[in-house]
Amino acid sequence: MSLPDGWEMVVGLEVHTELKTNTKMFCGCANTFGAAPNTNVCPICLGLPGSLPVLNVRAVELAMAIGTALHSTISPSTFHRKNYFYPDMPKDFQISQYDLPINAGGYLDLPDGSRVSIERAHLEEDTGKSTHLGGSGRIHGADRSLVDYNRSGVPLVEIVSGPDIRSSAQARTYAAELRGILIATGASDGRMEEGSMRIDANVSVRRTGEPLGTRCEIKNLNSLRSLVRAIDFEAARQVELIEGGATVRQETRHWDENLGSTSTMRVKEEADDYRYFREPDLVELVPDQAWQDRVRDGLQPMPAERRTVLTRRLGEPAPALLDALEVVIDLGLDSYVIAALDAGVAPDLAVARAANEIASDLEGLVNLGVDSYVATLLMEQRGELSATQSKTVLAEILANGGEPASVAASKGFERLASGALGEVVAQLIDEHPDVWSRYRSGDEKLAQFFIGQVMKLTNGQANGKEVIAELQARR
Amino acid sequence: MTELTDLSIAEAREGLKRKDFSATELARAHLAAIEVANSALNAYVLPTPERALAMAKASDARIMTGEAGPLEGIPLGIKDLFATKGVRTTACSHILHGFTPPYESTVTANLWAAGAVMLGKLNNDEFAMGSSNETSFYGPVVNPWRRKGSSAQLVPGGSSGGSSAAVAARLCMGATATDTGGSIRQPAAVTGTVGIKPTYGRCSRWGIVAFASSLDQAGPIARTVRDTALLLGAMASHDPKDTTSVDAPVPDYAAAVDKGVKGLTVGIPAEYRVAGMAPEIEALWQQGVAWLKAAGAKIKEVNLPHTKYALPAYYIVAPAEASSNLARYDGVRYGLREKGHDVTSMYENTRREGFGQEVKRRILIGTYVLSAGYYDAYYGQALKVRTLTIDAFRRAYREADLLLGATTPSVAFEFGSKTADPMAMYLSDVFTIPSNLSGEPAISVPFGTGEAGLPIGVQLLGPGRSEAQLFAGARVLEIADGRP
Ligand SMILES: [Zn+2]
Ligand SMILES: [Zn+2]
Repeated sequence: MSLPDGWEMVVGLEVHTELKTNTKMFCGCANTFGAAPNTNVCPICLGLPGSLPVLNVRAVELAMAIGTALHSTISPSTFHRKNYFYPDMPKDFQISQYDLPINAGGYLDLPDGSRVSIERAHLEEDTGKSTHLGGSGRIHGADRSLVDYNRSGVPLVEIVSGPDIRSSAQARTYAAELRGILIATGASDGRMEEGSMRIDANVSVRRTGEPLGTRCEIKNLNSLRSLVRAIDFEAARQVELIEGGATVRQETRHWDENLGSTSTMRVKEEADDYRYFREPDLVELVPDQAWQDRVRDGLQPMPAERRTVLTRRLGEPAPALLDALEVVIDLGLDSYVIAALDAGVAPDLAVARAANEIASDLEGLVNLGVDSYVATLLMEQRGELSATQSKTVLAEILANGGEPASVAASKGFERLASGALGEVVAQLIDEHPDVWSRYRSGDEKLAQFFIGQVMKLTNGQANGKEVIAELQARR
Repeated sequence: MTELTDLSIAEAREGLKRKDFSATELARAHLAAIEVANSALNAYVLPTPERALAMAKASDARIMTGEAGPLEGIPLGIKDLFATKGVRTTACSHILHGFTPPYESTVTANLWAAGAVMLGKLNNDEFAMGSSNETSFYGPVVNPWRRKGSSAQLVPGGSSGGSSAAVAARLCMGATATDTGGSIRQPAAVTGTVGIKPTYGRCSRWGIVAFASSLDQAGPIARTVRDTALLLGAMASHDPKDTTSVDAPVPDYAAAVDKGVKGLTVGIPAEYRVAGMAPEIEALWQQGVAWLKAAGAKIKEVNLPHTKYALPAYYIVAPAEASSNLARYDGVRYGLREKGHDVTSMYENTRREGFGQEVKRRILIGTYVLSAGYYDAYYGQALKVRTLTIDAFRRAYREADLLLGATTPSVAFEFGSKTADPMAMYLSDVFTIPSNLSGEPAISVPFGTGEAGLPIGVQLLGPGRSEAQLFAGARVLEIADGRP
């Protein structure tokens, strides 16, 4: 979706990511998702009187890893209190970094060749989670509110981009690439649906070449799809306002996924005065050079670098392969693909089986060694297994383990004897003369009918391509 | 044998060791004294006799088996600001109505590990905000001292007024206290007891209800310098649960008490001579100078510029931090909850009902000075004054090892005499506040009495972690004052 001619959108994103630490940011409670309400809590993350925060070293390390991957400068930093009242915030202030963040500056290069600047990536704590019963589902007007403090004090890094994004597609690419980096650094599992990565979008519009317009902040976008839709909606809304002679009011807006629209949450005048001041319970955080070096040395290659390596190995990958390639990079399956390529497996096959079969059962990856992956694909490529059989073998190994050859044998997958396929095809042509004549006169999609029938008769032992070859030979 | 309650901690330790009496007898003697006097003094808001007797019994068993700790069987009172596991802890505020913590403060845990016995929770100004113990939800504490020829009741100082009164009245052998702007030293001075505010971070703040986190520091009040040293030795520790706690071993303070001041230079800060200071206090201060000189110390005039800005700076920094620290008392999770028609009115009703006048005043001041548009003019300026104060002390300690000054500008005053004028009340802390801003230790020790026969305290100040020297200096003054 694009704006009317002569208009441009200006977007900056604030991404909150929960860090994958064992324990919370300032206490020893488990940092896990999905536990029974208020079971991972203690005096510290409940803000009981006299409790004090102690900074989680692992959270600092992961924040530094993110900063390093984003080319930020790691600096001595401090914590502040952001004061406001809300029931899911036990101390009624949030400990966050303010004027001195751990990571300052930086940039993220996107696959499309553009660069988005990073303003900061700072540490802060998450709040608990409220559920409002009755009324509109918001806190005001609710009959009663329930609060779960399990998430209270979970470590977060907030990554703030510069206002460099010019389209919803670019915003999506940025968020996806950042997500890949968060996963690669081990900082996050990137599960947006569990809220471990949440996005706020600052959107404004302007006539090309003019100064920045008034921005609105859209809160809590929980999927890449919502991100794109919300930005497009909001930019179009602002253009419409201005073209109609009105002005954009600076405000915070809420995205309604069902209505597909944004609406006012609070205007600037209602915004809280957070009364930031230095958190007196925490000392300055000064990561020494040796620690920074250890973090840098421990970093795995980032998605961009892996994308370059894989793309080079694949030659000019066909456009159809690019989505699958992103899945491979996202899930870190590079080694499977590269080993397959090394063994001479065709690029599309090497990528496709990883992006589809492995991706659908990631937990089973422990059962599937790189060697087994390569061996299965080679059997398929040699025609010893049909595509369907090859997929079945991979699925079986992922689920229960085993060697490709013996798994194939135990499933009764043996290649059809040469000539056997021809006989089956000939028999089908006899049985379906009308279909055959339509196929002969150029209705190519009817090949699928014959492939399906062959599979039925051979228990899936045939290879689709070979069936087509047999059909072609008889045309 | 003297009354058990008249013994010093040092004497009681000897008596227990010799089995002249048991920890249970010692506890019973104090519980009986509380029974008799507490209704008049209101020093304890929650006596815990059953716990005291159980702890004393356990102490007796450890004494029998030779496993006695350094404070084995010593009965203490605990300021209500310290979280005590399973024992109601309210900071003497209505807003913490019925709050019983599931955790123990590090300071009290250290004391129990040393064998001490808890007699109960002591009264204090609500959230430690006050200089007369008149702001407590549980009512004021009465100073056991009276002006000669008068029966008018006097304040015991604040905010640790329950601690000072209980120690002075022999309702415990020593007490925990906290000092954010003078709340240990000022009550000690006006009750004739000894109180030390240690270096910031020397005692862990874990489990102490926060007032102003960058200023709060726990310390003991007792009747002698040696007792105070014994208590601080047990209270202090490096605590991984408090990242601002001092990461250094705790010296043997008790062993330092008799070291004297020979060869030390004691500085006399000219700026501590303020208008409105009682002449009797000034006179005793000069006498203290003479005594220290006689004991072998060199005396030197020093300057502490910017002292007059310390008080206004404190009354910006402390309320600012308090406004944030006290935000959590919102009725959502624990303590008092007053109903409302929505969450905001629930907050408002709870906080209106739960906080007293002085606490509200400080929350309002603190919220104001941190607000957008005012931060730089108030909080920002106050932080600069704080830096200047630290600097001034650093310079003074290049010329002198310790400083000597008055603890308070006046002796104990009558109830209500300063409640109408907060500024007059705030001035009670004019000499004690600078050490809170600098985070350095200071001890108040009784030194003579004023005309009305009321106790006067003088204060020794020292650089960070100079507690041992402060005890030695205070002991010289104590001997000079006729308590060998
Ligand atoms: Zn916790
Ligand atoms: Zn944030």
